Amino acid sequence: MLDLRLYLAQRLSAMVMVPFVFVHLGVMIYAIQGGLSASEILGRTQGSLFWFLFYGMFVVASSLHAAIGLRVIVHEVTGLRGLLLAALTWGGFVVFFFLGARAVTAVTMI
Amino acid sequence: MTLSNSDTNLEVSVWRTRNGTGLYETFEVPAHDNQTILDVVSWIQQNADPTLTYRFACRVGMCGSCAMMVNGAPRWTCRTHVNKVLKHNRLKIAPLRNLPVIKDLVTDMDPFFDKWVSAGGRHEPTRTRHDPIEEIQPANEQRAAADAGIECINCSVCYAACDTVANNADYLGPAALQRAWTIVNDEKHGDRQDVLDTVSAAGGCQNCHSMGNCTALCPNGLDPLSAIAGLKRATMRQFFKRGN
Ligand code: HEM
Ligand code: SF4
Ligand code: SF4
Ligand code: FES
Repeated sequence: MLDLRLYLAQRLSAMVMVPFVFVHLGVMIYAIQGGLSASEILGRTQGSLFWFLFYGMFVVASSLHAAIGLRVIVHEVTGLRGLLLAALTWGGFVVFFFLGARAVTAVTMI
Repeated sequence: MTLSNSDTNLEVSVWRTRNGTGLYETFEVPAHDNQTILDVVSWIQQNADPTLTYRFACRVGMCGSCAMMVNGAPRWTCRTHVNKVLKHNRLKIAPLRNLPVIKDLVTDMDPFFDKWVSAGGRHEPTRTRHDPIEEIQPANEQRAAADAGIECINCSVCYAACDTVANNADYLGPAALQRAWTIVNDEKHGDRQDVLDTVSAAGGCQNCHSMGNCTALCPNGLDPLSAIAGLKRATMRQFFKRGN
């Protein structure tokens, strides 16, 4: 169930993700040319403020986007509403954000 | 009128309420050229089972009272020709989806009309009868947007077609939101801001998934999907302008 704010948050986070998706795919295709190794990737990402911000913002946007999307689906499939639905939305956001942030810090922090 | 001058029969399953639930009962109905679904239902009631309950009034697509599910899709039955929807010589006729059933093919349309009103569908005048009549330019863009929705006959076909209505009890639905969009564009309406606020609350236009079943099935060729898209744009623009 959406109101104007959640709707806007979901559309804006989707818009933010569009360029991220293309850059992510582009870099992946570029990076696998001539083989791929963990040290090669980590060599590029570790200590890089750029990749920290890039994937950090990607994680924020997708956590928000997916949490709101999940809220819509759960409401429409189970009829859940009110406080429980709000708890599920924000709980989902926290879990997605935690998982994403863990991955981002793992590959960018030295 | 002869009742059975045809060689072929249609196999028609009709929803009958029984003890709180219901079941499909099958009837053989003589096929005719230029036969509507309402003709078929009336034939059953007049010739096979007088207890069959259904609703109609105008028979010409004006009153919006005759809609039913026909082979899975909502239709105005008085103007839906059998050949248009017939599948393997069979028809399956049921009460309109997304509304409580009163008996057999008759639904209680109150939730549909209640949402129409709660989306701000009631007219708020800007002037009294003592003021001169406001001049409206028929060609202006706003008036054209308002005109696009005014031929709605409240048949609830779009409401029955909408999966979001089926899954989200608070969702106002395509017809009520299209009415709201008409009002938002109606210069003679006194409280257009209130309508915009109402349709951006929980249950409002933002819940629409833009799949367009409403527009695909509206028997009058109206386009609630685009009206709702208009509301989404207008409420969004307003949000960025005034910051809430
Ligand atoms: C550039 C990437 C993306 C774009 C442009 C995008 C766009 C959208 C849009 C417009 C909706 C609303 C659909 C509707 O109201 O019917 C939506 C819903 C949704 N999105 Fe995304 N999305 C993107 C990426 C993602 C990602 C990465 C995830 C998961 C992590 C995701 C999960 C969802 C979910 C669960 C919904 C709810 C489904 C629904 O409302 O019908 N999306 N997305
Ligand atoms: S476009 Fe929106 S209103 Fe129309 S059927 Fe789909 S969800 Fe319902
Ligand atoms: S918009 Fe079309 S389908 Fe919906 S109630 Fe009005 S006339 Fe019927
Ligand atoms: S009977 Fe009036 S619209 Fe069908």
